[in-house]
Amino acid sequence: MATSVRATQDGTPPPAAPPSPPAPRGRRRRPGPGGWRSTLYRWDVKAIPYVFIAPFFLTFAAFGLFPLIYTGWLSLNRVELGGTPEWKGLENYTDLATSEFFWNALLNTFTIGVISTVPQLLMALGLAHLLNYKLRGRGFFRVAILAPYATSIAAATLVFAQLFNADYGMINSLLDWFGIDPVDWKNSKWPAQIAISVIVTWRWTGYNALIYLAAMQAVPQDLYEAASLDGASRWRQFISVTIPSIRPTIFFTIIVSTIGATQLFGEPMLFGGSVGISGGSGHQFQTLSLLMYEKGWITGSLGSASAIAWVMLALLLLVGGVQALVSRRNRKKQGD
Amino acid sequence: MARTLDTTPAVEPRTAGERPARRRFRQTAGRQHHAGPLTYVLLIVATVVSLFPLYWNVVAASHTGDRVVQAPAPLLPGSRLLDNLSFAWDQVDMGEALINTTVVAGLVAVSTVLFSTLAGFAFAKLPFKGRGMLLSLVVATMTIPPQLSVIPLYQIITDLGWFDQLQSVVLPSLVAAFGVFFMRQFLVEALPVELVEAARMDGAHSLRIIWHVVFPVARPAMAVLGMLVFVQAWNDFFWPFIALTPDGNPTLQVALAGLGAGNHTVDHAIVLTGALISTVPLLLVFAFLGKHIVGGITAGAVKS
Repeated sequence: MATSVRATQDGTPPPAAPPSPPAPRGRRRRPGPGGWRSTLYRWDVKAIPYVFIAPFFLTFAAFGLFPLIYTGWLSLNRVELGGTPEWKGLENYTDLATSEFFWNALLNTFTIGVISTVPQLLMALGLAHLLNYKLRGRGFFRVAILAPYATSIAAATLVFAQLFNADYGMINSLLDWFGIDPVDWKNSKWPAQIAISVIVTWRWTGYNALIYLAAMQAVPQDLYEAASLDGASRWRQFISVTIPSIRPTIFFTIIVSTIGATQLFGEPMLFGGSVGISGGSGHQFQTLSLLMYEKGWITGSLGSASAIAWVMLALLLLVGGVQALVSRRNRKKQGD
Repeated sequence: MARTLDTTPAVEPRTAGERPARRRFRQTAGRQHHAGPLTYVLLIVATVVSLFPLYWNVVAASHTGDRVVQAPAPLLPGSRLLDNLSFAWDQVDMGEALINTTVVAGLVAVSTVLFSTLAGFAFAKLPFKGRGMLLSLVVATMTIPPQLSVIPLYQIITDLGWFDQLQSVVLPSLVAAFGVFFMRQFLVEALPVELVEAARMDGAHSLRIIWHVVFPVARPAMAVLGMLVFVQAWNDFFWPFIALTPDGNPTLQVALAGLGAGNHTVDHAIVLTGALISTVPLLLVFAFLGKHIVGGITAGAVKS
């Protein structure tokens, strides 16, 4: 079946299409040189790209797009686990709008998102700047700061839950050493949100630092030379050369971190231990994902859970829209 | 023909490995300042902060549960590591979870790399109608969180009798948008279109081109993608937590969630031994291949 690969030792290019035997029946007569082989060849060239991308799009259709739409439909129904849907229109959404748990979860998702993302990206930027110097042990530092990325959410959270324990945790011991009173990291609102953000920050700072580092290394050296000829200090160079040059990358990491923060689930759940599913004893760190899980799998109302999922999608579309607007404006500025 | 393609110099500059990265570094940052002592101090602090929780995980897993919850917390390893390991292995079935996780992450990594390379090649080098639009679609799907699909998927796997079966976590992850995009970005620059055209001129059909032209060029990126996907699948939490149960057929993460919720024991040394079992294999991978993973992350990011 295979069309042969013709060895061309002398380097002369072979004819564009392999010569083909005369078509036995001549049914598929085409103008010009043809026959089943070249038909097959042309079909191969035309169709194969679609064959190659098909696995992705089929998988996405089955496990991404269809469930997404079906979730949207479920959100307009009352559905119990294992029951049949009953049409309710927008009731699940109006219920959410009047539910204090929903607004609490939305606000928690936002505050934890900010506390975990902003310091994380700023520290990553600083680390990348340090790693961009000529260094001994550069490879070691890079791998070391990436080690948290290899640690799973579950493992990292279980370790940090011990370190943050109010009675015997090492972090309170450390604070005590500085003369600060012990903090109830799990049961008070802001300490709990900070502790969860610390876990997220610990896992992702090194990863983002390496992304920034790569972008920084692509900044042309002459920009720095010009700046230092103008007498710009190193800090000044960082602010007015480095940061503007890697702006697209910064933008990219902001988007990725925002998406991650919107879906936060494992860290608050495992940090809360036995009350983790409800986001702490007073829901003080219940995120949208946790609320969705609670609605769907504890209360058993899949319709409400679906509505929360779609609210999350709407939030991300909003973020995506802002991203598209800003990056278009950036591109216009650069005159592409 | 394939032989000569293997060694085409065009492959060299884009490899994610150590040597080209260093060369590039010298070129672009060669005249940059040497690090001062403050830089080293700050980097050492960052290293300690990064590694200390992992170190303390080992410490906690080597003490008794009573000692772990006693103030001040232990700072040096104790002698109970092997006892804790064997308890976690036998009583909590971490061994089974380890095998399950290896199977899941392995299958997901192999299939994602294979399908991503095919799709990435098509998007990078093959002309077809709707290519730009479809590529944007691939990128857009990356922003859809798993929360949007878990409810219907849960119903489907329950109907199929796949609840608590490994295929329910493998099948949805067979290929990922990130992988397609990653391979596309690599092949756009690494694979000269002349190579593909020359092979076509020779009458090679597409599978032959994939095997003799694309795979040899893409190999370094495929290896990096494989590692990244393996790590991701190994650590995946949300969907496995819904689709599997800690006492049935769990992956390590699901088993850990059960341990953390106090399913088997409230012995914190055992809980952290479980965490250690789930982390050590990946840390070993990082210790040996970390440089390549670092190279892969940075290579993928520059172009995104």
